[in-house]
Amino acid sequence: VTIDVVLCVPSCEGPIRKAFEVTGVTPAVASTGRLNEVAALEPADGFAGAVINASALPFSEAMNLCRQLRSRGAAKPIILLVDHYQLDDLTFREDLFDDFVVGPFDVSELATRLRHRLRRAGNENVAQRVEHGGLSMNLETYQASIAGRVMDLTYMEYELLRFLATNPNRVFTRETLLSRVWGYEYYGGARTVDVHVRRLRAKLGEEYANLIQTVRSVGYKFGTNAERASD
Amino acid sequence: MKSQAEYVLRTVEERGVRFVQLWFTDVLGRHKAFHVTPAELEDALDQGMTFDGSSIDGFSRTQESDVLARPDLSTFQLLPWYQEGAGVARVFCDITNIDGSPFEGCPRQQLRHVLDGARAEGYTFFVAPEIEYFYFEDLDPSRGPQPVDRGSYFDLGPDDIASQLRRRTVLMLEEMGIGVEHAQHEDAPGQHEIDLRYTDAITMADTVMTVRHVVKELARQAGVAASFMPKPLANVPGSGMHTHLSLWRDERNAFIGDGPYGLSDLATKFIAGLVFHAPEITAVTNQWVNSYKRLVPGDEAPVAAGWARYDAAALVRVPSVKPGRIDSTRIEYRSPDTAANPYLAFAVILAAGLRGVAGDYELPKEGERTAPLPESLAQAVDLMAHSKLLLETMGEHQVEWFLRNKRAEWDAYRAQVTPFELERYLPIL
Repeated sequence: VTIDVVLCVPSCEGPIRKAFEVTGVTPAVASTGRLNEVAALEPADGFAGAVINASALPFSEAMNLCRQLRSRGAAKPIILLVDHYQLDDLTFREDLFDDFVVGPFDVSELATRLRHRLRRAGNENVAQRVEHGGLSMNLETYQASIAGRVMDLTYMEYELLRFLATNPNRVFTRETLLSRVWGYEYYGGARTVDVHVRRLRAKLGEEYANLIQTVRSVGYKFGTNAERASD
Repeated sequence: MKSQAEYVLRTVEERGVRFVQLWFTDVLGRHKAFHVTPAELEDALDQGMTFDGSSIDGFSRTQESDVLARPDLSTFQLLPWYQEGAGVARVFCDITNIDGSPFEGCPRQQLRHVLDGARAEGYTFFVAPEIEYFYFEDLDPSRGPQPVDRGSYFDLGPDDIASQLRRRTVLMLEEMGIGVEHAQHEDAPGQHEIDLRYTDAITMADTVMTVRHVVKELARQAGVAASFMPKPLANVPGSGMHTHLSLWRDERNAFIGDGPYGLSDLATKFIAGLVFHAPEITAVTNQWVNSYKRLVPGDEAPVAAGWARYDAAALVRVPSVKPGRIDSTRIEYRSPDTAANPYLAFAVILAAGLRGVAGDYELPKEGERTAPLPESLAQAVDLMAHSKLLLETMGEHQVEWFLRNKRAEWDAYRAQVTPFELERYLPIL
């Protein structure tokens, strides 16, 4: 089991320490923003992220560290801790950090932001999304929307839509869809697929119903004709 | 199963659902529900909801009265007429005994039992009913039903109110994933029809319960009322539930063949089974005293067992199939009314047809009237009492309860002195 190591500059005391504990990640504490010191702490597989307390560092030193970290691993989240009076200084530096917390620091706010940013950045546990031709599916919350309108789906409708939307422009036979999506006992045979496609199209609405296309005497595929033309 | 539960719980959280209605039906097909809060939901999904069945029609037993409602998570669905943020969802339940075995009074499981039998033979059963009903100004029995089409208080034709309402209902059903083939005004004033697109029988029985609920709810919101009473008005046709049926095997429509009207051998035997057993299953497909006011000569309602292609009063009709649409080959069973318990109705219809297949029944001549359908609930119940088919399909518990309940209903009815008798006899006798 690898434990995520998160860089913490310049100290890890009080609410910041607590937030690390709550989140379950290990802080690697560098007392300054100098790259030599930071690099010496870095584990072989890199930091999972960084919490930089700009209110306890010279501001330019904090920004330089952010810039250095960004150039090393753009996707790793950087959370900046700032005083209220520093907010203006963040203008035009938005690219250097992913999130910020204004002091006095609250343990649960800090922990929530840390956890949230780590989840968004990690390969696992990330809120995955499928976006396709007006359809948006959040695979973590099981919610789907079409052109911003939330769709009310039954579980099997959701699963069928997810399967099709994550395999766009591929043709699936009814039998394949049955075994891949249903995979357990059902009453309708392959016609069940037709029934569910019909329902999904109704819920997608007229304008988007053709996201699920019938491929004559074969089955169904997800995608639009326009996209196929540009393949 | 686990991910279905997760899907439901997460959706409840994400969509701000405040209540989840656990839907089920009693033996007569009356709609019942528990309302659980999201806090209770996880337990309900996990362990089911225990309740005392003795107050539910057809659920009471001599010894144990507690039963368990177990949500069928695949039926979880938000009810679109509740507002966002204070949402309400529904999920259909199967009723089981406390030990988890199927409860013999649960119509949904009875249908599933019949479908399991059909599946063991390789058959899938598809149904597509036509739902007829009336819009009335209210449901006050003391002043009698007033169709919304007939009163004309304002310049805006009241006819439009009903048509708008029907349109809104169809859109709402589509939003809930219920396919509607078409909807139209029916013959009688205030009478409308919604034809549903085929699904498997369990889904369709759930759908019929949902449609009845949505039709009534939207009518209520519009300040009128909808009724599925089989024959609310004398002298105009009643409300039926003509049911289109097909059997599929190996993903092919097993009703297609070289026989008459493009029917297979299987289809003709299925029709023969339906025609033969029709009188005894009528107590289930037409379960009220009032149902038999609809099954009278002259209104295109069937009064005898038989089959035909064109005769609109035939019990079993073989609809013509459009060229190129051979997969829509099907038969239409025309006696059921919309006030039947859809689970039991579909179960006995399928069982009757399959009996014909298993027993190699011979198809009677087209147009031949092989037997009369029962003329009253009393006759229907008597036929039911001797039916082995119903005993095997519905089980002893339900048949016994049904007979008791229906005989009591008939006794209450025949003790009445009706306006007909007073008008007819009082002046002259």
